[in-house]
Amino acid sequence: MVDLSFGDTLFGFWNWVDAIIRILIIVIAMTVMVIYLTYGERKVVARFQQRLGPTRTGPAGLLQGIADAVKLVGKEDIRPHNADRWVFEFAPFATFIPVLMTLVILPFAKDWGVRNMTLGLFYVFAILGLNIVGIMMAGLGSGNKFALLGGIRAAAQMISYEIPLVLSLLSVAMITGTLNLNIIAEQQDRYPYIILQPLAFLIFFTAMLSELHRAPFDIPVAESEIVGGYFVEYSGIRWSMFQLSEYAAMWAFTVFGSIVFFGGWQFPKGGDWGWGWQLALTMGKSLTFIIAIMWVRTTVPRLRIDQLMSFCWKILLPLSLVQIIANAFIIVYGGEYWLLSLTSGIGAIALVAIIINRAFRRSTKTTGLVGAYRSLQVPAP
Amino acid sequence: MLHDYGQIGILVIISLIFPLGAVVTSWALRMVNVRPDVPSNPVMTDTYECGLRTEGPSLVQFNFRFYYIALLFVLFDVELVFLFPWAIIYDTMGWPGFFEGVGFIGILCLGILYAWRKGALEWR
Repeated sequence: MVDLSFGDTLFGFWNWVDAIIRILIIVIAMTVMVIYLTYGERKVVARFQQRLGPTRTGPAGLLQGIADAVKLVGKEDIRPHNADRWVFEFAPFATFIPVLMTLVILPFAKDWGVRNMTLGLFYVFAILGLNIVGIMMAGLGSGNKFALLGGIRAAAQMISYEIPLVLSLLSVAMITGTLNLNIIAEQQDRYPYIILQPLAFLIFFTAMLSELHRAPFDIPVAESEIVGGYFVEYSGIRWSMFQLSEYAAMWAFTVFGSIVFFGGWQFPKGGDWGWGWQLALTMGKSLTFIIAIMWVRTTVPRLRIDQLMSFCWKILLPLSLVQIIANAFIIVYGGEYWLLSLTSGIGAIALVAIIINRAFRRSTKTTGLVGAYRSLQVPAP
Repeated sequence: MLHDYGQIGILVIISLIFPLGAVVTSWALRMVNVRPDVPSNPVMTDTYECGLRTEGPSLVQFNFRFYYIALLFVLFDVELVFLFPWAIIYDTMGWPGFFEGVGFIGILCLGILYAWRKGALEWR
């Protein structure tokens, strides 16, 4: 039988007390992280738009997130009279719990996570996929047209981009030979896996933006089209749970991505310099990742749904399948690892070239708009 | 192995406490009259549409192409479940393992090509 705990229990207690203390630490860290991520996002986006962001509450606005949290707990909890009561009330739980369950298995430092699972990489997709259920519950249970449209859009987008996401991580798993996240991080002591698989990283980053429905993939929560999407009818504490799960998912995804592609706690000197440096490495990498997400949000305009779906199914999916077959061929043939970097690098350059070509080409072709306005003709993107 | 998932299942119950605690806190604040009570004004519990009274049913029609996407997703998600065990052990199986994996992915590629040619991926 595989022992789930990481060898020595942290507090020398019984295994379960240890697990509960660890999950409490994760919950507290997540709450603080989310409060300061909302603050940080407002500050960073404000700087990108040449504004100041929050400055009034506390020094440099540092207490803004706490003030918002207190306000949200004190707000009234409105349920529309034609909403489906239990579906409406349980949707925030169904959205939030998968995200917390993902944080449970991520190793933040050497042998420090709540649980150490043999199938960690697989578990992350299996659990994060359940997020869609909560979003669909919110969309269908609200009894609102915008919420329904937002829920359907979110579901279609998230299930589509889940496939390139999982395939890109599968190609990394082919190199590691294990699915245990702790061992995957431990293997990257000489170089991170982004050097071997740059194409997988690009696909992962794109699909991650889409799974988190951040801009430019934010049509499920587009304020100017469907006034906020699936959580339009929520207020107060239930709305804050959607917000919490969105930012906590962003944190979980970035920590996960930094473990798989950037060496997590291991890469520069993690094994030698102790757990403080390991924790600093994990958090530093994930915060850099988050700032990159915010940068993309402020730079790239929103995509249309046909562009979004064709980008997923016609570009990302074939590229990731080709990458898997190339990896399998090189490794079974017994090739050197630089061949992996070469093939994946060529793929990454091809993907960037396709994106640049799509973004800058001037086409005179016209295409029909989706939905009710099919009679209108607009230039193709 | 099952032992692992039993422990994870108990952690699900523990993690339920956290959002439940937030909701209960909000409810308790209502009990001590810090938070406003459930709104007495019927307009507040009305469905939001654009500021005016809501028209028609809320279950509106949406594009049927979302069903195509869902069907393709089921196809590929089952594929992924089978590819993960293969990705861990294919290098110990040598060339037979490689060709089996390529054959499996190839059949699925034919599926996506068929859907592509049939126009299931287009939004017109």
